[in-house]
Amino acid sequence: MFWLAAITLVALFPIASFAAGESIGGKLIQTVGEEKTPAEGVTVIVLQGGVEIGTGQSDAEGAWEIPVPAAGVYDAQLDTSTLPDGVGLTDPDKEVLTDITVREGQAKKVIFPLGVGSTSSTSSYERVGALFISGLKLGAIIALCAVGLSLVFGVTGLVNFAHAEMVTLGAVTAYFFHASPAGPQWPLIVAAVPAVLVGAGFGWAQETGLWRPLRVRNTGLVAMMVVSIGLSFAMRHLILIFFGGEPRAYPDFAGQPPIEILGISVVPKNLMTIGVALIVLAGVGLFLQRSRSGTAMRAVADDADLAESSGIDVNRIILITWMLAGGLAALGGIFFGLNEAVQWDMGFRLLLLIFAAVVLGGLGTAYGAMVGGFVVGIAVEMSTLFMPNELKTAVGLVVLIVILLVRPQGLFGTRERIG
Amino acid sequence: MEWGSVFIDGILATIGPVTAAYAISAIGLNLQFGYAGLLNFGHVAFMLVGAYGMAITVDLGGPLWLGVIVGILTAAFLGFLLGLPTLRLRADYLAITTIAAAEAIRLVVRSSWAQPLTNGVFGIQGFADSFFELNPFPPAELYGLGSLVVTGRKLWVMIVGWTVAVLATLLIRRLINSPWGRVLKAIREDEDATTSLGKNVFAYKLQALMIGGAIGGIAGMLLAIEQQNVTPDAYLPQVTFILYVIVILGGAGTILGPIVGAVVFQFLFFTIDALMVNTQANIGWVGDLLTPAAAGQVKLVLVGVGMMVLMVFRPQGILGSREEALIDER
Repeated sequence: MFWLAAITLVALFPIASFAAGESIGGKLIQTVGEEKTPAEGVTVIVLQGGVEIGTGQSDAEGAWEIPVPAAGVYDAQLDTSTLPDGVGLTDPDKEVLTDITVREGQAKKVIFPLGVGSTSSTSSYERVGALFISGLKLGAIIALCAVGLSLVFGVTGLVNFAHAEMVTLGAVTAYFFHASPAGPQWPLIVAAVPAVLVGAGFGWAQETGLWRPLRVRNTGLVAMMVVSIGLSFAMRHLILIFFGGEPRAYPDFAGQPPIEILGISVVPKNLMTIGVALIVLAGVGLFLQRSRSGTAMRAVADDADLAESSGIDVNRIILITWMLAGGLAALGGIFFGLNEAVQWDMGFRLLLLIFAAVVLGGLGTAYGAMVGGFVVGIAVEMSTLFMPNELKTAVGLVVLIVILLVRPQGLFGTRERIG
Repeated sequence: MEWGSVFIDGILATIGPVTAAYAISAIGLNLQFGYAGLLNFGHVAFMLVGAYGMAITVDLGGPLWLGVIVGILTAAFLGFLLGLPTLRLRADYLAITTIAAAEAIRLVVRSSWAQPLTNGVFGIQGFADSFFELNPFPPAELYGLGSLVVTGRKLWVMIVGWTVAVLATLLIRRLINSPWGRVLKAIREDEDATTSLGKNVFAYKLQALMIGGAIGGIAGMLLAIEQQNVTPDAYLPQVTFILYVIVILGGAGTILGPIVGAVVFQFLFFTIDALMVNTQANIGWVGDLLTPAAAGQVKLVLVGVGMMVLMVFRPQGILGSREEALIDER
C-alpha cells in the first residue's frame, strides 16, 4: 500500500522528490521528400493508463519535452487539431504512441512521423459536428448503463454503487472471449453475446445471493448502500487481479479509417455504437410499455405493496430487473471498451457520468435515464470546445450539482420521490 | 521470511503517524456517518482539499500556521458546497455527489490546467520545513525499546499526530454530549420527529458535514506533513473505503471507535499484506496464479469484502451497541 511504502521511502530519503528528471520528448519535423520543416506550437499529451499526466507544446525548432513524475510506462498522444495547415501524420495510427518505457532518470525520445496532411484544416463546423457525434456516442453508452441503474433503483430503492463493476465485467468478459489467448478468440460481435449473458447472470447472482437475503433480514437502505460500495470495491480489485492494470483495446474495429458524412469525418464504429444503442433502448422502451413483465416492473416501481396485492410476484419482477440491468450494463461496457479501452476501473470512471445522467432524468425513471444519458454525453464532449480536455469529468459533476440545486427530482421525476 | 521482523514492522506501522492520520480522518467520518447518519462516500476529498489548502498557502509564501487554518477552512467550505444541494434530499443524493466530487476534484487538481497552482501530478514539496524546525528530537537519532525503534523525525510526527487524534476525540465527546449532539443523534434515529420538534434538521446536518470535513482536512494535512509531499494520487477513492472499514470496525457512533478501528485495521492490513506477499513468493501454485503486483491487491479486495461482511453481520463493530447501529431507512 502506498503509505506503508511511503513510510519506508520517507525514512530513507526525507524529502521525496522528482530530482531524477524523467521526461518524454522529441522533435516534430515534417519531412516532404528531402525538405524538413519543424512544426511549431503543436500540443502533445502524455498519458498513463488513459489518465493525462502532462501536456507540452513544440517550440520553433519543433522540439518538445514533457516531464513525467517517475519511471514507468506511458503513452504519448499528438493533438492533430493543433498541427499547422498542410501538416499531418504519415501514419494515422501513430497519433498515439503506446507503451513508451521511461527508465529512471531517462529523457526518453519518441517520434511522430509527419508528412503532408490530409485533414489539414478543420473548420469550426467540422469540429462542432465531430464533437456532437462523439457526444452522441458517449451519450449512447451512458444511457445504456444508466437505464439499468435507474430501473433497479425504481423497484428496490437501492442506489447500486456496484453498477460500475457490472459495466467493467461486460467489457472484460467480451475481451476474454474475443482477444484473450486463453479464450476462443471469437469476433467481437459474437463475443458480445456471452458477455451480455454473463452480465445478466451476474445481476441474477447479485439479487439471489445478496440483495434478496438482505431484504429478508430487513437491512436498511443506508446499510445496503454501504454493502454495495463494498461489493464495488472488492469486485474492482478482483478484476484488477485477473485482468491486470494496463488498458487493452479490442483488436476488432481498431484503427478504422473515418468516413465523411455531411462534411464531418466520422469513424464507422461510432455510428454503430449509436445505432445499436438506440435500437436496444427502443427495445427496452417497448418491453416496459407492452410486455407483461415490463408493465409489472413499472407497477412495482410505482408502489411495491400495491403491486404485490394485485397479484404481481414482486420478487420475480425484481429479479428480472436485475438481470436486465446487468445485461444492459455489460453491453454499455463493451461499447465503452470498443471506443476507449478495456481497463479494470473503466466502469468506475464512467460512474460519475452515469450518476449525472440518472439524476438529470430523475432517479427511478427509465426514460429519464435515457434522455439524461444523451444530454450528459453531449454536454461533456461539447464542453471541450471551451475547456481543456482533461476537465471533461468535472463537467459531469457540475451538471450533477446544478440539477440537484435547481430541480432535484430530475426532468422526468415526480416531486414526492425525493423528499 | 522473518516473522519476528514482520511483527515488529506491523507494530511500527500500527503506532505510526499514518495510522494517527487515518484515525483522525475516521473521527471526522464517524461524526458524519456514525452520529449524523450522513453517507459521505468522498471523505478523501476533504483530506485532499485540506492538504492542498495548506501546501498551496505555504508555497505562495505564507507561514505554516496560516496554511493549517486555510486547510481547515477550505475543507469545511467543501462540506458546505457539497451539503447545500444534497442535504435536503434523501441520503443517496449526498452519497452520489460526494463520490463523484472526490474523483472530479482529484482529476482537476492533477490536470495541467491547474498546474500553476497545484503543480499537477508532481505535487508540492517542502511546505513543512517550519514544522520540522520545531522538532525537539534530533531527526536522525533512534528512539524506542529493543527492536521497536523510530527516528527522531518520525517520533515528532507521531507525537503531534496522536495528540491531535486525542484532541479530536475529546472535541467529539464534548460535542456529542452537548444538546447539539443529542439533536444530531435524534436526526439519525428519526428525522421527521426531530423536525416536528422545531429543529432545523438541514442546518444540523450541514454543520456535521462541515465539522467532520474539517477534521478530515486536518488528517490530510498530517499525512502530507509526514510525507513532506502532496500529490493528487495519494488521495485515491480507496482511502474513503478504508476509512469506512475503520469506522464500522471500531464501531460507528462511538467515541473511541475510530481510534480502535484504525489501530486494529492497520495491523490486520499490514499482516495480511505480508502474509500474501510471502505466500505468493513461497507457495508454488499461488505464485503461478498471482503476480507479485496482484498479490498486493488482495488486501484491497479484502477491504471491500470486509466492508460488506461487517455491515451485514456486525454493523456495531467492536465497541458499538446493536441498537445504535440499526440505522433507519433514510
